[in-house]
Amino acid sequence: KMLCHFSPSGAAGSTPVKIPAGAGGSLTKLAYYSTVQHKVARVRSFDHSGKDIDNEPLYEISVQEEITARLHFIKFENTYIETCLDFIKDHLVNTETKVIKATGGGAYKFKDLIEKKLGLKVDKEDVMTCLIKGCNFVLRNIPHEVFAYQKDSDTEFRFQTNHPNIFPYLLVNIGSGVSIVKVESEDKFEWIGGSSIGGGTFWGLGALLTKTKKFDELLQLASKGQHTNVDMLVKDVYGGACQTLGLSGNLIASSFGKSTTADKEFSKEDMAKSLLHMISNDIGQLACLHAKLHNLDKIYFGGFFIRGHPVTMRTITYSINFFSKGEVQALFLRHEGYLGAIGAFLKGAEQDNPNQYSWGENYAGSSGLMSTSPDVSPLQRTRSGTFDMLEMDRLERPLVNLPLLKDPSTYIPDTVDLTDDAMARKYWLTCFEEALDGVAKRAAASQPDSVDAQERAEKFRQKYWNKLQTLRQQPFAYGTLTVRSLLDTREHCLNEFSFPDPYSKVKQKENGIALKCFQSVIESLDSLGWEERQFALVKGLLAGNVFDWGAKAVSDQWLERLKGPPHKCALIFADNSGIDIILGVFPFVRELLSRGTEVILACNSGPALNDVTYSESLIVTERIAAMDPVIHSALRDEKLLLVQTGSSSPCLDLSVAAVVAERQTDLVVIEGMGRAIHTNYYAVLRCESLKLAVIKNSWLADRLGGKIFSVIFKYEVPCK
Amino acid sequence: GAKGDQGAPCGSEGTAGGSGCAPGNRDRRRGNGLRLAPAQLFLFHPPQQFTLCLLSAVFPWFGLDIGGTLVKLVYFEPKDITAEEEEEEVENLKSIRKYLTSNVAYGSTGIRDVHLELRELTLCGRKGNLHFIRFPTHDMPAFIQMGSEKHFSSLHTTLCATGGGAYKFEQDFRTMGDLELCKLDELDCLVKGVLYIDSVGFNGRSECYYFENPTDAERCQKLPFNLENPYPLLLVNIGSGVSILAVYSKDNYKRVTGTSLGGGTFFGLCCLLTGCSTFEEALEMASHGDSTKVDKLVRDIYGGDYERFGLPGWAVASSFGNMMSKEKRDSVSKEDLARATLITITNNIGSIARMCALNENINRVVFVGNFLRINTISMRLLAYALDYWSKGQLKALFLEHEVKFLFKICLMAKYKS
Repeated sequence: KMLCHFSPSGAAGSTPVKIPAGAGGSLTKLAYYSTVQHKVARVRSFDHSGKDIDNEPLYEISVQEEITARLHFIKFENTYIETCLDFIKDHLVNTETKVIKATGGGAYKFKDLIEKKLGLKVDKEDVMTCLIKGCNFVLRNIPHEVFAYQKDSDTEFRFQTNHPNIFPYLLVNIGSGVSIVKVESEDKFEWIGGSSIGGGTFWGLGALLTKTKKFDELLQLASKGQHTNVDMLVKDVYGGACQTLGLSGNLIASSFGKSTTADKEFSKEDMAKSLLHMISNDIGQLACLHAKLHNLDKIYFGGFFIRGHPVTMRTITYSINFFSKGEVQALFLRHEGYLGAIGAFLKGAEQDNPNQYSWGENYAGSSGLMSTSPDVSPLQRTRSGTFDMLEMDRLERPLVNLPLLKDPSTYIPDTVDLTDDAMARKYWLTCFEEALDGVAKRAAASQPDSVDAQERAEKFRQKYWNKLQTLRQQPFAYGTLTVRSLLDTREHCLNEFSFPDPYSKVKQKENGIALKCFQSVIESLDSLGWEERQFALVKGLLAGNVFDWGAKAVSDQWLERLKGPPHKCALIFADNSGIDIILGVFPFVRELLSRGTEVILACNSGPALNDVTYSESLIVTERIAAMDPVIHSALRDEKLLLVQTGSSSPCLDLSVAAVVAERQTDLVVIEGMGRAIHTNYYAVLRCESLKLAVIKNSWLADRLGGKIFSVIFKYEVPCK
Repeated sequence: GAKGDQGAPCGSEGTAGGSGCAPGNRDRRRGNGLRLAPAQLFLFHPPQQFTLCLLSAVFPWFGLDIGGTLVKLVYFEPKDITAEEEEEEVENLKSIRKYLTSNVAYGSTGIRDVHLELRELTLCGRKGNLHFIRFPTHDMPAFIQMGSEKHFSSLHTTLCATGGGAYKFEQDFRTMGDLELCKLDELDCLVKGVLYIDSVGFNGRSECYYFENPTDAERCQKLPFNLENPYPLLLVNIGSGVSILAVYSKDNYKRVTGTSLGGGTFFGLCCLLTGCSTFEEALEMASHGDSTKVDKLVRDIYGGDYERFGLPGWAVASSFGNMMSKEKRDSVSKEDLARATLITITNNIGSIARMCALNENINRVVFVGNFLRINTISMRLLAYALDYWSKGQLKALFLEHEVKFLFKICLMAKYKS
C-alpha cells in the first residue's frame, strides 16, 4: 500500500490540491483532495431605501461559483501505476513543496518510479498509522459505516448505529497477510499480532491449485464448490459426530485431508472452497484468541480479502461466531478499502487541523457497496474493482451529537428502515421514480437563462434514475436505505449537475408574499384570546395546511404546559420557506419571546427543496424585525439567535448537527415531514419536545394509522 | 488420528477434563466376542509414579490408534516367555508374533518403525519389546479382513482402540472380524500417555527434549528436558488436524481449541501441488526446497524490517504471497512449494499454540503427533517461533515417540474391573 500526499502550497488565495495515492499489494488506491467549483445560489438583501418595495423582489438571488473541498478516492489495479502517476502529474496544482508523502509497501517498491516520473522526493509515511487514522475517521464521520453480515437473511447487511465512543476496537486487516491491531484511542494503537495466512495465501495457493489467475475469479470458483470433497470432516474420522468432545460431524477435522492421494482429481471449485474455509477459519480463530486475550468484543475486518466480497464476509462471520461462541461480532466497514488513503490524506493535512471540519459522503459521486446477487455480480464486480469510487464533501464545521439527545448511542434518526422493509422500500422507490420527471423539469425551469439547463436536467434525471435502480437491487449500497438517504441522494445529484437550488425563485416569491401578510396575521393573532391564540399559533406552525384537529387531546397537554412557567430556551428546527417560516414559525417565536423564552432558530446551511436556508432566514428575520418590535428587540438583545444546522438535507440527523444547544435549552421544536416524520419521529430527547407535521402522503398516513393530511402533533415530556 | 483430527472450527472451549474425557470404556462389555479375563490394568499413582499391574494376561497385547490418515498399531512382544507358555501358545499367536517381529514392512503400505522400538520394557510384570507399526487408514478394511482371515477373534484377546476410527470402524470390526473393540477416551490416553512415556524413558534416554538456542542455527542443539513437574502444560497434538489441550494435572485437563490446518493439510496440499504420494516423500521434497521463493517476506514488502511493528525482514508476511504473480509461479520448484507448505502449516500451529498458551497462562508447550515424525524442520521451526515471538517466555518441548503410539501403551493396559 502506498499513500502519498502533496503538501498544500502556502500561497494565499491559491487552490491547494492534495493528492495522496495508495497502491496496495494488488490494487492501487488513488486518493486526491480537490477543490470543487460548483454553483451555489446566494441571496443578498437589496438596499431598499427610496425604492418601491412593493414591486421589488424581496432579495436578490445570484448563482455564484463556490469552491468547496472534496476528497476523492478511486482504485485501480497496480499494473496501471504509471497511468496513475500521469494522472497525478496532470492534476498537480500550485505545489511549491516538491515532496510527496508515501507509505506502505508500494512506497518502497515504486519510490524510484514516482521520483522520476513526478520529479518529487518521496517521503514515506507509516501505512498502519494511516490505516488506523482512516478507520477512526470513517467510524466518526460516516453514518452507517459499520455493518454486520447476516447469512440467509433478507437484508444481508445489518448496519450499526454509530456509537459516540468508538474505542477500543480490534482491527484485523487481511491483505496479503494479516495484521491484528488493537486501537485504544485516536493516537494509541498497537500491533498485537498477525498471520502470514491471508489474502495472498488464498490468491497464491489458489492460483497454483486451480490455475485461475484472478482473485475475484477464485472467489467465484469457491462460491460454487463443495469443500467436503476435499476436507476431512469429523464424521470422516469418527463416522459421525464426536460426542465426547461435542464436535458436530460436519466440522472440518483436517483441511485438504482428503486430498492426501496422488490418484484422485479434485475440482477447482471444491479446492477453492476448501482453501477459502481454511483461511477464513484460521483468521477468525486467531482474531478470537487475540480478542479474548485483550478482552475486546468489537472486531472490524478489512483488507482486500474482505473488501466487498460477501463470500469472505460470510465465512469470516461464521468463523468468528463459531470460535467466540457468539460473544464477538465480526464487523465490516463500507469504506474499508479507502482507510489507508483517507488516513494518508489526514496525515498530510494535519497542519490544516482536520478536526475543525466534518465530512459527508457524497452519494452522487460514490459507487456504494456491491451486490451479492450472483446475477449482477460478475460484471459489476469487475467494474467496481476498477472504478470503485468514494467522494466526501468537506463541511466547514465539525458536526456533533446534539447534547439534548437522551441516548446518543441508541438514537436512530430515521423512522422507517427501507433496507429491512421490502414493502416500504418498493413504495418509496416508486414514489421517487414517479416524481423524478417533475423534479428534472423544475430544475431546468429554475435556470431559464442557461442554455444547457435542459441537457443538465436530463443528465441529472438519468443519474438519479440509475441510483434508484441500483438501490432497488442493492438497497444496502449506501448504508441503511431511508427516505432521508433517497432525498439526500437526489440533492447530491442535483448539485452534481449545477442545480444548487431549483426552488430559489419559488422561495423568493413565497417569502415576499408571506412577508406582506405578516403584520396583518400578527394583528389578528393578537386580537384573539390567550387560549385561542395558542391554538392558532400551533395551527400556523402546521403551515395552514388542511387542518384536521385530530390531535386535540395532545395539544391540550401543550396548552396546560403553556399555562405554567415559560421555557428558558427553545430550539426550533425550521422547515419551509414562505408562509411556513414567516406566518407560522415567526408568530410562534414571537409568542415564546413574549413569554420570556429565548429562541434559537436553526435553519439548513445549504438548500434542499423549498426549505428555508440559513442565509434566507437572515434576510427574512431582518425584514420582520423591521416591522415587529418584539422580534427587533429580541434580535438586538440576543434573545433570538439564528443558527445553521450544518445540513443540506430535507431531513434531520441530530447526531451530526452543527447546533450546540447552549443557553439551557428546555424545549425543542421540530417541524415538517422530513424532520419530524421521516426522521426523528421516535427520537427521544432529554427535554420537552414538539414534533409537528402534516402528513402529505397517503401511504405514510396509512402506515402511521391516520389519514392523508392528518396532523402529527407530538408533545413529549421526558420521563423524570 | 485420534484427537489430533479435531480441527477448526471446533470451538475454543474443549470439554473440560473429566466429563467429556470419561474413559471410553462404556461399550466395553457389549458383545460376546470379548472376554474380560485378559484385561490389563494400569494404575496411576500420584505423583507421576506409574505402577503397572497385570491382573492376568493373555497375549497378544495390541493397541490401535485409528486416525484420519494413519493407523498406528503397537504390539508388545513378550521376551520372557516361559517354556510352558511357549507350549501353550497357539499356532495363530505364534505366527502373528513371528510375522510382526520378523518384518519391517507389511503389505505395500504397512511399516514398522524399528528406530522407535522400546526394548526390554517391563509392562504389567512382563518383559518385552514394544513395536510400533503404522499403515494408512484407507487400508483399514484390508486390515480387518486380514484379522478375520487369521481368526484373530479365536485368540480371545481384547483389541483396544482409540482415535476417531475406533468409532468409525467399530461396526466393521464387529461384523467382519467378529471382534469387539475396547474404545478408550483419546484425550485421557493422550495426556496419560505423555506422562507415562516420560516416566519410563526411551531405552535409557530421556523421552522429552527441547532445543537450546533455537534462534541460533549454529548453537542450536537438542537437549533432554526433565518433565518431573509437568504441570501446567499445553499439549499440542498434531495429527491430520490439531488439538490443543491445557493440562493442569493428570485428571484436570481440557481441550482448549483445535485447528483443521494440520498434518493432513500439509500432506494434502503437497499431493495437489507436487504430485507426491507419501508423507515421507512430501517431507523429503520440503527438505530440499526454499520457501522464501514462494512466500512473501516482510522484507519483500518493506525492503527490510518493518520497524513500526517490530517485524523482522525475514518474517513471512504472506504465505504463498509470491504465487500471486505468474512469473514467480512459473519459477518455483515442487520442492520450494513443499517447503512453503510445511513452513506455513508449522508457523500457523506455532502461532495458535502461542496464543492459547498466553490465554491459559501456561509457558510450556509440548508438541506431539504424527506430523512431527521425522520432521526436524517443523520441530526446529516451532522451537524457534515460540521462543522468538514470546521473547523467550515460552518453551517448546518434544517427545521421542509420537504420542499416537503412546496412547496405545495406555490402551493396552487400561482396564478396570
